[in-house]
Amino acid sequence: MSLSTIILVVVVLGVIGWFVGASRSRSLVAGNASQLHSRPAYYGSYIFVWAVLPALLLAAVWSIASPIYVDNQVRSNLPAEIQAQDRAQQNLSMNIVQSIARGLDTLVGEDRPDENVTIEDLKPMLAQQGVAIAGSGETYMITSARQMNALTRASNAIRAAVVIALSVIGFAIAYLQINVKLRARNKVEGVVTGALIVASSIAILTTVGIVFSMLSETTRFFASVPMTDFFFGTVWDPRFANASDPDAAGQFGLIPLLAGTLYIAFVAMLVAVPVGLFSAIYMAEYAGPKLRSVAKPLLEVLAGIPTIVYGFFALVTVGPFLRDLSAQISSIVTDGGSSFIQAQSVLTAGFVMGIMLIPFVSSLSDDIITQVPRAMRDGSLGLGATQSETVRKVILPAALPGVVGALLLTASRAIGETMIVVLAAGVAARLTLNPFEPMTTVTVKIVSQLTGDLEFNSPQTLVAFALGLTLFFITLALNVYALYIVRKYREQYE
Amino acid sequence: MADTSLTDNNVAAPRHRDIGLKKRYAAERRFQFYGKLAIAFGLFFLALLLWTVVSKGYTAFQQTSINLDVTFDESVIDPKNERNENPMKLLTANYPKLAEAALYEKLGIDAEDKAGTKAADALISKGARAQLRDMLISNPELMNQTVNVWVLAAGEVDSAIKGQFDLSVDESRRKIKDNQLEMIEKLQQDGSLEGRFNTGLFTNGGSSRPETAGVGVAIIGSAYMMLIVLLTSLPIGVAASIYLEEFAPKNRLTDIIEVNINNLAAVPSIVYGLLGLAVFINFAGLPRSASLVGGLVLSLMTLPTIIIATRAALKAVPPSIRAAALGIGASKNQTVFHHVLPLAAPGILTGTIIGLAQALGETAPLLLIGMVAFVVDAPATPLDPATALPVQIFMWANEAERAFVERTSGAIIILLAFLAVMNITAIFLRRRFERRW
Repeated sequence: MSLSTIILVVVVLGVIGWFVGASRSRSLVAGNASQLHSRPAYYGSYIFVWAVLPALLLAAVWSIASPIYVDNQVRSNLPAEIQAQDRAQQNLSMNIVQSIARGLDTLVGEDRPDENVTIEDLKPMLAQQGVAIAGSGETYMITSARQMNALTRASNAIRAAVVIALSVIGFAIAYLQINVKLRARNKVEGVVTGALIVASSIAILTTVGIVFSMLSETTRFFASVPMTDFFFGTVWDPRFANASDPDAAGQFGLIPLLAGTLYIAFVAMLVAVPVGLFSAIYMAEYAGPKLRSVAKPLLEVLAGIPTIVYGFFALVTVGPFLRDLSAQISSIVTDGGSSFIQAQSVLTAGFVMGIMLIPFVSSLSDDIITQVPRAMRDGSLGLGATQSETVRKVILPAALPGVVGALLLTASRAIGETMIVVLAAGVAARLTLNPFEPMTTVTVKIVSQLTGDLEFNSPQTLVAFALGLTLFFITLALNVYALYIVRKYREQYE
Repeated sequence: MADTSLTDNNVAAPRHRDIGLKKRYAAERRFQFYGKLAIAFGLFFLALLLWTVVSKGYTAFQQTSINLDVTFDESVIDPKNERNENPMKLLTANYPKLAEAALYEKLGIDAEDKAGTKAADALISKGARAQLRDMLISNPELMNQTVNVWVLAAGEVDSAIKGQFDLSVDESRRKIKDNQLEMIEKLQQDGSLEGRFNTGLFTNGGSSRPETAGVGVAIIGSAYMMLIVLLTSLPIGVAASIYLEEFAPKNRLTDIIEVNINNLAAVPSIVYGLLGLAVFINFAGLPRSASLVGGLVLSLMTLPTIIIATRAALKAVPPSIRAAALGIGASKNQTVFHHVLPLAAPGILTGTIIGLAQALGETAPLLLIGMVAFVVDAPATPLDPATALPVQIFMWANEAERAFVERTSGAIIILLAFLAVMNITAIFLRRRFERRW
């Protein structure tokens, strides 16, 4: 019985249990529900929980554990010379065994091969079923595959029996417990609260998952590349060691990527901060309700546009425009007319990213500016200050911690931004101060190291996880600090 | 009285003490001007962005087609009459030849004229093969009959007509030659070559030829992912927020969870891609490029957004509702599920739609889990390889051909239309159902 059928059977049992429980409780008090401890629906739910929950938990555990057990059993029966191989090679053979096992399952009826079929005969039969066997199969693998299939079938049969039995037992236990005094509601509510706690721990699990998954791959990376070479290396050249020159291993220097990331983020903030801050001030202090109700949502549309669209915008509009503009400028000065701004450059990526960040700065600061108490404004205006003086000398200093927090949050977004820089910043990792030349970022390199054919034990792919972990910790530090400031600021004026 | 005499003196000689008012008012005006400038700057770039996309992309919804009277000539398709024994015969037959023959007839080109036929052949898209093949296979009775069909024109023809090529440059440097332009003109004049609504853009899968490339697979992939995000992150997000907002004791642990959720909302999306790669693909062994994995990654990413929105909605329900329910004997659970949650539902729904819209536009994590795939056939289940709308846009943006710029913008228009519909729905729901207490 497949897992989905088992789940279906268990859930159907549970639903039946719900109706049985509800009607049983009603019949206990001859329809006079007020004599029951809980309402009849809770008795129904009580049986439902007992019938479904333990059974599904068991099914889940079994489904995870059984393939591991089967795998171990099959491995221990492999020929001695295969067992002597190292783990990676053994895994390769096991993969072939698994695909043969899958293929054998599809050969049924007349196509079913007899007991001593050889791999040469089996291969074309499997190929006809659409199962391609990678590499050179060997005949012992057929035996292993048969064993694997037999074990899996047995395990599935036992799983179906045990899970459904557990469901029935749960049903019976709950049914027998039903009486007038059973505190069904409290028990069901306890289960519900438990489920709520599990759901809220998923947020924690995600963080733990992020950190651990990246940490384990990163330690594998640092096993082949020294940590100092990564963090302090100034050359990024992750090529594969080739046969002609075995000494020329790849170099994984973080510095050029980090420099590019920070430089582009800096240019972006240079655009976003003044524009965002001034529009926030204007919206909060000057704009009438009419302008505010039109301009604020329109600016926020900028935040809703996917970053890939900004990337495309930079690629086809802003980049070529800056390139042509610079060509025209230089043709005024000299006759040559070569463009000194390249289409993919720090400036292009930073400028477009800045436009994307305007609404983040403006709506975050708008919230903070409007939180400054009315009394401070009135005091300043009453003393004869103009509105702009009030803003500059009273409101901004009062809102400063909050605004700084908002800017840090925005900066963390600029550092983690991917699609704009993938399309507009270039892929060449180099150290330069010229904003008209392409630089690359951490995120661009994560994408380029992980797209295409992957091999999960080379430093060329593992470095992406080291980069990701670095990125995670940089943004984490910025976020935590920013959230701390914003929170503190809020408390100040509440 | 010194004071009086002083005032008298001032009255006698009324003299404005310069307290810099002029300068201060000028500064005030400048300050206001900067504010207006900043807003105008933002709005200008919003308009420029949308204009760029629309002006480059609206033509993608029309595709040049050629009307031909195609004869399904048995002597071309199956000269030895072996299609009953060998069904592959119908799949591999020389269908382009049928379309080409029909075009020669229309243009009056001699089939022996090597230069003329070569130029004419290049006008028809290679996609005509699949089109005619599917027609014949779905209806075998067409054999030896003549049917009037619109076949796609080649991508170069389409680009030439839409003015994407500069036709004034020297002929040798153009993809469309002068004799082909004459043919196009001739066809245009008798109405058998025209732009028609491009349904292929919405139904086709990946293709290396711009005229037959579409976002069909991407839309299905995105739809699967949105469904998965909705089914996983909405219940989990709502459950988590209910616990944190209504049940959790205020202690160290819930404080950590709260900081953690706020932080997760600000983690760069690409980090979620790395998580998905390490956990779902490497550890759990789910297939690469599958929309299931994409959906799960996007769910984890959307979860904090939904939790934050739901908590805000729950917080907005006044405590008097809870007190009233508890006062007439409801349990804590009943209070929350029967009274608070329904009142918070519009806010939760709005937050969910906004979270979904965010997930729909997300590209970076999907690149890492291998959704940058060339997928031609529509995925039947969430476990099949698929792409997503933004990923398709990314892939097309990297293509060199001019015609793909138009496709890319067209796909962006479709994506933005979806996002607009979702956001407008959210705004409408908020306006319609939001209650101020």
